[in-house]
Amino acid sequence: MALDNYLYLSALLFTIGAAGVLIRRNAIVVFMCIELMLNASNLAFVTFSRMNGNIDGQLFAFFTMVVAACEVVVGLAIIVTIYRSRRSASVDDARLLKL
Amino acid sequence: MNIAAVVNNQTQTPEAVLFFILAPIMVLAALGMLVVKKAVHSALLLAVVMVGLAIFYISNEAPFLGIVQVVVYTGAVMMLFLFILMLVGVDSSDSLEETIKGQRIAGVLGSIGVGFLLISLLSRAELGREYAGLELINGEGNVQSIAKLLFTRYVWAFEVISALLITAALGAMVLAHRERILPRKSQRELAAERVRQSAVPVAGLPGPGTYAQHNAVDIPALLPDGTPADASVSKVIAARGELANPAAYRMSESGKDKEEGEE
Amino acid sequence: MLVYLIAIPLFSAAFLLLGGRALDKVGHIIGTLASSAAFVVGLLEFFAMLGRAPENRAVTQPLFTWIEVGNFNVGATLLLDQLSMCFVLLITGVGTLIHIYSIAYMSHDRDRRRFFAFLNLFIAAMLLLVLGDSYLSLYVGWEGVGLASYLLIGFWNQKPAYATAAKKAFVANRVGDVGLSLAVMIAFVQFGSVSFSGVAEGVEAGKASSLALNCLGAALLLAAVGKSAQFPLQSWLGDAMAGPTPVSALIHAATMVTAGVYLISRSHFVFDVASVAQTLVVIVGAITLLFGAIIGMAKDDIKKALAASTMSQIGYMILATGLGPVGYAFAMMHLLTHGFFKAGMFLGAGSVMHGMNDEVDMRKYGALRKYMPVTFITFGLGYLAIIGVPPFAGFYSKDKIIEIALDAGGAKGIILGGITLLGAAITAFYMSRVMLMTFFGNKRWDSGAHPHESPALMTIPMAILAIGSISAGFIFTMGDRFVKFLEPVFHSEHGGGHGEEEHLLSPIVVSGLALAAVAIGVSIAIAKYGRGKEIPTVAPSNVSIWTKVARRDLLQDDINETLFMRPGQELTKALAIVDEKVIDGAVRGVGSLTLDVASGVRKTQTGFVRSYALWIIVGALAILAAITLVTL
Repeated sequence: MALDNYLYLSALLFTIGAAGVLIRRNAIVVFMCIELMLNASNLAFVTFSRMNGNIDGQLFAFFTMVVAACEVVVGLAIIVTIYRSRRSASVDDARLLKL
Repeated sequence: MNIAAVVNNQTQTPEAVLFFILAPIMVLAALGMLVVKKAVHSALLLAVVMVGLAIFYISNEAPFLGIVQVVVYTGAVMMLFLFILMLVGVDSSDSLEETIKGQRIAGVLGSIGVGFLLISLLSRAELGREYAGLELINGEGNVQSIAKLLFTRYVWAFEVISALLITAALGAMVLAHRERILPRKSQRELAAERVRQSAVPVAGLPGPGTYAQHNAVDIPALLPDGTPADASVSKVIAARGELANPAAYRMSESGKDKEEGEE
Repeated sequence: MLVYLIAIPLFSAAFLLLGGRALDKVGHIIGTLASSAAFVVGLLEFFAMLGRAPENRAVTQPLFTWIEVGNFNVGATLLLDQLSMCFVLLITGVGTLIHIYSIAYMSHDRDRRRFFAFLNLFIAAMLLLVLGDSYLSLYVGWEGVGLASYLLIGFWNQKPAYATAAKKAFVANRVGDVGLSLAVMIAFVQFGSVSFSGVAEGVEAGKASSLALNCLGAALLLAAVGKSAQFPLQSWLGDAMAGPTPVSALIHAATMVTAGVYLISRSHFVFDVASVAQTLVVIVGAITLLFGAIIGMAKDDIKKALAASTMSQIGYMILATGLGPVGYAFAMMHLLTHGFFKAGMFLGAGSVMHGMNDEVDMRKYGALRKYMPVTFITFGLGYLAIIGVPPFAGFYSKDKIIEIALDAGGAKGIILGGITLLGAAITAFYMSRVMLMTFFGNKRWDSGAHPHESPALMTIPMAILAIGSISAGFIFTMGDRFVKFLEPVFHSEHGGGHGEEEHLLSPIVVSGLALAAVAIGVSIAIAKYGRGKEIPTVAPSNVSIWTKVARRDLLQDDINETLFMRPGQELTKALAIVDEKVIDGAVRGVGSLTLDVASGVRKTQTGFVRSYALWIIVGALAILAAITLVTL
């Protein structure tokens, strides 16, 4: 099996995550799809590090993980705050910024 | 034979077997995460994907990352998601109807297009040299080599990211904080409220009347002013019309007992 | 000294215009004095000139350097030679007489001062025209007389018809002025100079090709045609009669319309070598000669009849200038005699109008000779002069022209001679018609008309001009002195002045033919309009097609309208539509397009986050597709 298959898998997971972001309405599920996209790119990083023979890719994946964690924390806090004031977790309900 | 060795850009057979078993599972889980109605199911399917990814990291000669994936992502992040789901409303589910016209089709098509192009680009790209594999680097151990790089070349990024972590934690606290506008209710006040507003009296409901000749559950007790108390008898008995009349059991003025035939 | 000729009338004009109503009481006096002062200066110059030897008679007075750009140097210099001298005396002399006449003629007019200011302006401009030493200075004077003509024709601009007539004159002149501009440009390109001496030297040196010289000649001819109301730019002269009669007398009989003849004569060095242009000159003169005569036969308006006569007589002059070096002098002689008798007849017509309550229709005149004797006599003398009865002025000048026409040789001579004789006959006819309808016959006056003789201030100038009509011709021809006087001007390599060649017909025979033609014309007129004949007061409508066409000025206005005016109007209308629909439409279209695009684009802002996320994905897709295509 060629090592490239990992990359194809990563691209596929990324696509599924992107589709999820566009289709789902629950804010938390949208967030989870974003996490899926981040993980897919992590897989690509690790595979590249193996292909190139240096460890930088793994380090980047590490950093990505940390940043994703922070992002999840803050993002979920925001969702909770919105839920508290509007009693709704649907992404479609926040649409006042329009013409 | 080194299981993780890469020869001629091909992996060894065990790894191939692992990949072809795990990859479809992961893809199916991801797709499932997209289509299930309940949010909790989506979270669980995502956890499946993450564990699968951890296994792949380990098989890709990145054991440290794999463990970190399990601990941080599957452990911490997914738990966080589930907590918030509980807070926000675990029964809330998306209705199947789409509010924005054409969004579903356009979204699916767009993503498929992006994926298609990505894969085609990737298939055309070439590294230009043989894949090296991480045997050499991992000679001393994966963690050691990561640490060597992390604290020399990327130490500045490391420091910045730790600052980011702290900021994120603070930010979450700030966002979730609710400023009290009214003074906190003390226990005494809570208790007084409870007593005032409860439907059931604190001391409990009164028992049925106890008379010399009858003390069954179908006869009401008498209140101080002589009227029967409704709360002392089960409402079912009253609804069935089998309520006994306390006046039948009152003592007459002559003091004699009534005949049994007057019941 | 020369500069005073121009400066005095010019300053007087400015003074009278700027002085305003305060000068109303003395305006006419100042104007007349300015004109007479110019005449006195002119006389002094004339006598000084006569005192010099013929070679030294030309004098120049440089004033200042006008244009100095690269190698284009034009100086403002005044040149007074024999040719200019004739004109100076004509302009100032006849001009002063008309000033005096106008004092009485315009006495009832509130704007008399302004009238005199414009008359002075005209005198100054015309003098500048004839005293300039370069085509450019001539141009300044040319434009000046055009302006003065416009101002004077439209003097009573309360009547829209008069203002329109003034505009028509100006526009027709302008068309001709294009010719003068072209001539200046051609002269500069070919010879590097626009002064008369410079161009003459250049022509002599052969610097220019034959084509260039012919073009130069044609351009000058165009200018002359515009100013002198020759075919095809003749339509304005009839309408110019809308101005007061002194204006018609001065400008449209004696001076401005003769500027074209002056221009051609001054450019003799060009026309003598440009044979094509010269032929064109002859053709134009011949056509106009007959044109004016035919129109004159059908006009009932006395001023318009005289205007048609002017057109025809100037045709004679232009014809003469096209007949070679010998013709210029005779053209000049006819110009001067014409100045006398035509101006006199116009003043007489003004006097008749003055007595008949400004009625111009000759059908309403009749038997005025008993009531206006002085006018009758002066007008009659002018009439005899114009038809060419000896010994009056016209006989000498016109016969000379007929002579040199016949002498042109071959078929050309016969044709031209025939045309000039025919013209003489027709002139005799229509001028006799004017005389008979006005002064003889039965009274056909409107009720309320009481004709009376005009005051002295009007009759004295008429009398002086009548004396000129009588004597000028004889004086000029005596001993060929006029031709000899002008010889140093027109003398050139290509032929001397009046040569001793064989005449086609001897002068006596020519005069006899001319008199015969005149007699025929007069007798036909007497037959139609003479004693006892009934002349209807309303122009009869059952006349031949020729009369109808002649009444409409031989359709000159209709042709101009159809060929130029209507297409011009349609073009302007089309351009206006283009401006509104296309240009404004484009501008407005840009605005409305922006609005439409904006309101379409506005709809993408739905407020839904997922739509925006979709757009992001689509954008990423586009970029990826572009990268793929590039690497393909």
